[in-house]
Amino acid sequence: MKYLRIEQKRPRIAVFDFTGCEGCSLQLSNKEDTLGAFLDAIEIVNFREVSSDKGDDYEVALIDGAISRPDEVERLKAIRDRAALLVAMGSCACFGGVNRLKNACDLDEANREVYGDHPKETMPTMAVKEVVPVDLEVPGCPVTKAEMERVVQHLVWDLPLPKYAYPVCLECKQRYTVCRFDVGELCLGPITRAGCGAPCPAGELGCWGCRGPAEAPNYDEFFALAEEKGFTGQEINDRLAFFGGFEGIQL
Amino acid sequence: MSGSKTINLNVDVRHLTRVEGHGDIKVRVANGQLAEAGWEIVETPRFFEVMLKGKHYTAAGILTARICGICSIGHCLASVRATENAFGLTVPEAASRLRLLAEHGEILQSHLLHLFFLAAPDFLGLPSAIPLKNVKPEVFALAMRLKGLANHIGNVVAGRATHPVSIQVGGMAKMPEKHVLLDLKSRLERSLADLDATVEVFKTFEIPDFTRETEFVSLKGERDYALIGGRMISTDGAEMPEADYRAMTNEYVTENNTSKWCKLSRESFAVGALARLNNNYHRLHPKARIAAVQFDLAPVCHNPFMNNVAQLVECVHVVHDSMRIIDELVRDVGAETMAPVTPRAGRGVGAVEVPRGILYHDIEYGDDGRIIRANCVIPTTQNNANIHYDLGPLVKQFAVEGMTDERLELLCSMLVRSYDPCISCSVH
Repeated sequence: MKYLRIEQKRPRIAVFDFTGCEGCSLQLSNKEDTLGAFLDAIEIVNFREVSSDKGDDYEVALIDGAISRPDEVERLKAIRDRAALLVAMGSCACFGGVNRLKNACDLDEANREVYGDHPKETMPTMAVKEVVPVDLEVPGCPVTKAEMERVVQHLVWDLPLPKYAYPVCLECKQRYTVCRFDVGELCLGPITRAGCGAPCPAGELGCWGCRGPAEAPNYDEFFALAEEKGFTGQEINDRLAFFGGFEGIQL
Repeated sequence: MSGSKTINLNVDVRHLTRVEGHGDIKVRVANGQLAEAGWEIVETPRFFEVMLKGKHYTAAGILTARICGICSIGHCLASVRATENAFGLTVPEAASRLRLLAEHGEILQSHLLHLFFLAAPDFLGLPSAIPLKNVKPEVFALAMRLKGLANHIGNVVAGRATHPVSIQVGGMAKMPEKHVLLDLKSRLERSLADLDATVEVFKTFEIPDFTRETEFVSLKGERDYALIGGRMISTDGAEMPEADYRAMTNEYVTENNTSKWCKLSRESFAVGALARLNNNYHRLHPKARIAAVQFDLAPVCHNPFMNNVAQLVECVHVVHDSMRIIDELVRDVGAETMAPVTPRAGRGVGAVEVPRGILYHDIEYGDDGRIIRANCVIPTTQNNANIHYDLGPLVKQFAVEGMTDERLELLCSMLVRSYDPCISCSVH
């Protein structure tokens, strides 16, 4: 790809999927109006879901999914050894995602319930950073392609990557969305990291916290608000545990 | 297979590319005899049914959407439908229309992704669709316009195409504004030329000539090309109501697969676009039937490679049917889209035709509106045994003098890809 008639450096990127729905990988093929330019800016050397090329000379590894089986640990370590930069892409990679809900269950019992007399290998769900060092985390369930484009712009041209210290609440205000608390629904918008553009409240669903905590969230104030609006401890704690980003935070 | 002792072939594909999830193909022909032909699912299990236990009914659709990044709208629809059946409530008509429109958007998005990104590269001799951007820029641009439109439907109708937000127990939380619907309709109208061009592109592809007599299962199209709820039928004559899905699927666990397998009248059966078309051909939009005729696709077709064509025919159907739904919805603007929800103890089943075939969610609730037990039977779970049993006859037919490991690997991979398997879904 040329810019100002000068050949640009294209980072060699690989996409790997582990325990999850592959929805974040799928987002990379979305935002079709700029997909051509996106593909010009990078070189995809390994992306099993869309390509039969199986190169291992990548610089950047995008990791989709959580880690929940011993072979995944080994595969991830080998990828970490080869990649100069490793990005946890999506809530499963960043926090374990909904897969983390499994950790509250007895795994032998879970295995018996689903597979009967043929139990399958499994282990408690881990985030990528619990297995190998992570250079960059992009949370979201799913991630947005717009944010992944900003990650690539950051990698190719060193453009600054917004950190979104503020919570989702602010993005609702920016798009004039009616507050979910005002229609009687629980919402994690006051404590969840922004950057998604707040599509859920705009679609009439309170925030479920898929992007994890904003910078220095005021939990005390949030708990007081949620209780004042009449939500129970169980409702609040269920919501906080859903995507794994608020691990250890409970009312 | 000629039986010639000189024919020795080996295919060993670990983690097949251009499919969703992780599956392996193993084929071995020794001295002209088929020694092994199999499809194995090695995907990591996630235990969704166990995670659903104890969850509030409002969480069911949000959680099950995460079973699949491609058919999240279908999973969400199946869960809210199961929940509504358990609670004994009926959603407003406008909500039913919106739900069908959302499912149309998902089918279009998923089929186009499969046709252009996952299947087409094999027919064009490319490793992926990425080089299309340079070697056939007009085809790449066409694919981008159509896929963009498909995602747009999900975004405006369900709040987001991947992991929807507006599909909720009771109906749809939001009715798109009239100007958004009218804009969507004009975009659908303008896409018809692109669909015609897509048909022309796929007519140049050589579909492998292979048939194996198969039982096809889908919803029964009694008034329309059935996609949400109703009775199930099979080409072998089985017919059952939604609630009897267990008798229609007969899931069982095998030693070497993290996905379960299914059977009905034979050792395996198939679901998906070809199954729907085989069962409900006459309910397709007339323009979709015209597309089918151009490929000599008529029921009952037993060539699994024709599932690619059936998907393309369904793309034509859902675009035309979406325009019809929008005409009705424009008259509904202002209508109620949510029914009041009162949780009660009970069990409900929701059957939805998602891109890869019929999906069932079965959820039992306590009187506190929390889940006691859940079961999900996924389309690819139903297809896995059929893929496995297709491989042997396919290899026997094509393992002749001159066949190479590489060409046989491509043929076997193309067969599996024709089913558009969604493997992480099938394991869940």
